[in-house]
Amino acid sequence: MIVGLLEKPVFATGLVVGLLALTTWGVTRSPRSIVLFMLFQASILVLYFARIPRGPKTLLTAVTLGVLMPVLGTINAYYMEIAIQVGIFVALALGLNIVVGLAELLDLGYVAFFAVGAYSWAIFGSPQANQMFGGSAFPLSPWWFFVFLLVGVGVAAGAGILLGLPVLRLHGDYLALVTLGFGEVIRVLANNLDKPINLTNGPKGITPIGRPPIFFAPLLQAVGIDPSSNVIYPLYLYALVLLIVGVTVLVNRRLEDSHIGRAWEAIREDQTAAQAMGVPLVRMKLLAFACGASFAGAVGVLFSAKQIFINPESFTFMESIGVLAMIILGGMGSIPGAILGAAVVTILNLQVLKGFSLWLNELRNAGTMILGYNLANLPTQLEPAKYERMIFGLILVLMMIFRPQGILPARRRTRELQEPAEP
Amino acid sequence: MAALLEARGVTKRFGGLIALNKVDFILEEGRIASIIGPNGAGKTTFFNVFTGLYVPEEGTVSFRGAPLLGLRSDQITALGVCRTFQNIRLFRNMTAVENVLVGMHARVGAGLWSALSRNRRFKTEERALWARAAELLDTVGLRGRANEIARNLPYGDQRRLEIGRALASRPALLLLDEPTAGMTQGEARDLMALLRRLIADLGLTILLIEHNMRVVMEVSDHVTVLDYGEKIAEGRAVEVQRDPRVIEAYLGRRKWTPAAGDGRA
Repeated sequence: MIVGLLEKPVFATGLVVGLLALTTWGVTRSPRSIVLFMLFQASILVLYFARIPRGPKTLLTAVTLGVLMPVLGTINAYYMEIAIQVGIFVALALGLNIVVGLAELLDLGYVAFFAVGAYSWAIFGSPQANQMFGGSAFPLSPWWFFVFLLVGVGVAAGAGILLGLPVLRLHGDYLALVTLGFGEVIRVLANNLDKPINLTNGPKGITPIGRPPIFFAPLLQAVGIDPSSNVIYPLYLYALVLLIVGVTVLVNRRLEDSHIGRAWEAIREDQTAAQAMGVPLVRMKLLAFACGASFAGAVGVLFSAKQIFINPESFTFMESIGVLAMIILGGMGSIPGAILGAAVVTILNLQVLKGFSLWLNELRNAGTMILGYNLANLPTQLEPAKYERMIFGLILVLMMIFRPQGILPARRRTRELQEPAEP
Repeated sequence: MAALLEARGVTKRFGGLIALNKVDFILEEGRIASIIGPNGAGKTTFFNVFTGLYVPEEGTVSFRGAPLLGLRSDQITALGVCRTFQNIRLFRNMTAVENVLVGMHARVGAGLWSALSRNRRFKTEERALWARAAELLDTVGLRGRANEIARNLPYGDQRRLEIGRALASRPALLLLDEPTAGMTQGEARDLMALLRRLIADLGLTILLIEHNMRVVMEVSDHVTVLDYGEKIAEGRAVEVQRDPRVIEAYLGRRKWTPAAGDGRA
């Protein structure tokens, strides 16, 4: 009955609006309850799945991301932080989706491009560059941040082409291994390039990195809002992230739905036949590599500005695997899948496991008894946040067994998986 | 008539096996020519040399007087040589129309920027591509199957779709590797009628590898016979058919023994 009602747009819209309003109200009432915030996130998911006509759906999404989320973020700054992190990883996952999902080039060193982008702004947006050039010309004015978004795109795309040229003749596993190595090389370089010329300041990292100025600050002052209040800046970062995510989604969609996307798909299906039909293999693969890398570059620039401090620890192999896990979980080659995968993994990481750890700790400290067992005796090693990777692994294994195409698979991926194996 | 495709002294070895041995071959424009020969004669190897999949150890290949050797297969396709495969190699999980659209890749003018900005040029071109794809599907007799997934098409339709996909690159020379394999006699006849139409309408030149002798004899202007990597005969279909060396290659040498030969038991 309920499902039947949900098929009707009016009821579905009503339900979604109700859910969003209720959960938003709930969070405003008790800002510290992670469970309520998660319900809010779940309502966004319901919004995505509900059968609502295109127009109202777009409007609701805009209101949710543009009004409700900022409101909740002002109430509890940690929620804003989560939203920004989710956005950053969504953009990364969408970038990797071009390489792995559309062109099916397994890239295990994707985080290297992220690092390249991050370091390009970190070096010039902080006093670090003075170590190389002498004097005190640096840091550059924070306004340069916007230029560096493009520089990050360019440098990362260049790194992508540089890596791609020699290795794209390799297939599958070999390519994966080389990209894995490349990812490590970049990290090790970042770790060691403090000698002989101090480029990256090694493991100590670079700080303070300039942050983008609020270019509409006078406007805010005119309407009586203090732009330097610590509520405004996270909102501003959030808007920037949202903008980057929007551009990434647009580029993903337009690439997929063009001769370029068709050529990538053909390469996935049958490389030899694709080339015989006039698709230049190496060039198309390089294009995929460069496109994917350029997003990581732009996100990297934003990441370094957001963090103010970066060091090589942020760019480990596990990060590459994490982003890859996001798109596998969501559904390879699928844009909604990549977004959902990134959101789920990031939220699981930042919120669920951490929240669970905190809760367990509280119980332990309070000495709560469960089934006659005093939780105070619980070993301290048992902390869910520490088992993050294990829980990931478990989720991925279960996914591969029960839903190998991912949560929101691309239509073509489903087709490929349905195809009976060649005898 | 001018030679469209010309091979001189082509030798291709795989280890100790000589797949092609100093083969000369000339194909004139506007013709349907066939390459025949027993299994393992080197026919498909010859095709692969033409389309850049193999590089021969010796010899030269030229298309319209320009050398082909050393070019990649996508460059050769851009020059105007396109092929089908013996064991159908469609993009199996793409729809029929998508297959044809990929075939047009070499003729697409729009670049990355056009695709991203969706400017007018991109939109006009994309519309034109889809219209021509529909037309091509029509030509090869797949009207109404545009949105079917390639692997779900019946066998004969898959062969036809592969021809449509190859035609999409606007080739001057179409290489068909056993296009009637697995078809009924009726389907094969229809296909041959289609090929003749293509030659008349598009000014194509077609080179076939074929096992179906009836098709070969009916349709070809010129037949080349390969056996163990050597060209053993060539000429008009009827001539080749009577050539004793060809008969020998196909049926084996008759063992002549005096006892059987003179009738005394």
